[in-house]
Amino acid sequence: MDWIRENKIMQAWLVLTIALFFGAMLAGVQIKLGPTIEKNRRNETLEKVPALVLGKEGADKMAAENRPPLITPSTITVDKIGRKVYYNVYAVRDKGELKGYGIKTNGQGYADRIELLFGLNPTLDKITGLFILEQKETPGLGNKIVTDEWRSQFVDIPSFPALKVIKGKASTSGEIEAITGATISSRAVTDIINSAVSDLHQPLMNAKDN
Amino acid sequence: MTDNSSNAPTAMERFIQGILPENPTYRQLLGLCPTLAVTNGLKAALTMAAATGFVLLCANVMTSLIRGLLKPHLRIVVFTLTIATFVTIADRFLAAYLYDMSKTLGPYIPLIIVNCIIICRCEVCASKQSVWVSASDAVGQSLGFALGLSSIAIVREILGTGMIFQFRILPVQWPDWVIMVLPPGAFFTFGLLLAVVNRLTEPGKK
Repeated sequence: MDWIRENKIMQAWLVLTIALFFGAMLAGVQIKLGPTIEKNRRNETLEKVPALVLGKEGADKMAAENRPPLITPSTITVDKIGRKVYYNVYAVRDKGELKGYGIKTNGQGYADRIELLFGLNPTLDKITGLFILEQKETPGLGNKIVTDEWRSQFVDIPSFPALKVIKGKASTSGEIEAITGATISSRAVTDIINSAVSDLHQPLMNAKDN
Repeated sequence: MTDNSSNAPTAMERFIQGILPENPTYRQLLGLCPTLAVTNGLKAALTMAAATGFVLLCANVMTSLIRGLLKPHLRIVVFTLTIATFVTIADRFLAAYLYDMSKTLGPYIPLIIVNCIIICRCEVCASKQSVWVSASDAVGQSLGFALGLSSIAIVREILGTGMIFQFRILPVQWPDWVIMVLPPGAFFTFGLLLAVVNRLTEPGKK
């Protein structure tokens, strides 16, 4: 029976057993908590949309007057070469009048995927704001993309021509200053926005005409 | 792998030792990554301490329960699996019920997996002693860790923002030392507090 005792798989029976046990436990936790986590994330998105589209003052004013804007979520599918891209679009309306769109999208950052939310005005030629929902960029460098200071560069700037990241001081409002030491993260965010703007231009224009 | 050797510390000794004499932060200098990273606010520090405490307690109890079955060359794998599981549970729990905190702490919650306090306690105590002793050990060490984190966080938050938990401590005229809530502030504060602790506990000094 020595070969059984020497067998590596037999020696590892405890590891395999607890791995199965823990796996089942984690699956249980995920089933139980997954929907709540998903709801938190959705709520966060919906909370941010008014301020991004209407500006902070505008959103605060509406909240104070207790007439929150009407937000209609929808999913827009864009056919790219060989693949489909999905965008969550939140149309913001006040008293039936379209005020703009909040757009949720994601793309590859330096460390992991970056998920963000940005605002567009109804004529789609202006970006009204940016919020980073999810990122795992380098602490102290790339994660500065979440700061108000950096994000304020994305308030009320033309969406066309495409935003450009530059090192050093930006001179016009279509230019975004890179974070020192995190040019890749800065460029990633800007690219994500640029491609969303160009992908969504046609579908959103069509939707408005109807 | 049993606790019948007469000189093994008792549950009470383990508990007391974790709080001050073997404080994880100031005496063992373990788990310094979260100690430096999340102590710019007391709330974040306490959440981190609670999450680490939960993982430490669960990992210690679990390890102690299966200590008779552990093979020496496979024990680290078992510890890591156990710790990773409970860290994931803590992470999911925070994301579900303390969403803001989970976003503030970000990657540092999953990083509890590599917090060496936990694997150290599994190795030193839980793999050798009974469940009761291991649990007291975990609680003692967690309190010690919470003490370490909150002492640094209190200094940094007060000097950096003049406030603690939104309560103003220093007068409004206080020029916020922003550097204290930035990474360098963590090193300054930890270094100075460590020097103070060492000075106070210097042997033969009264």
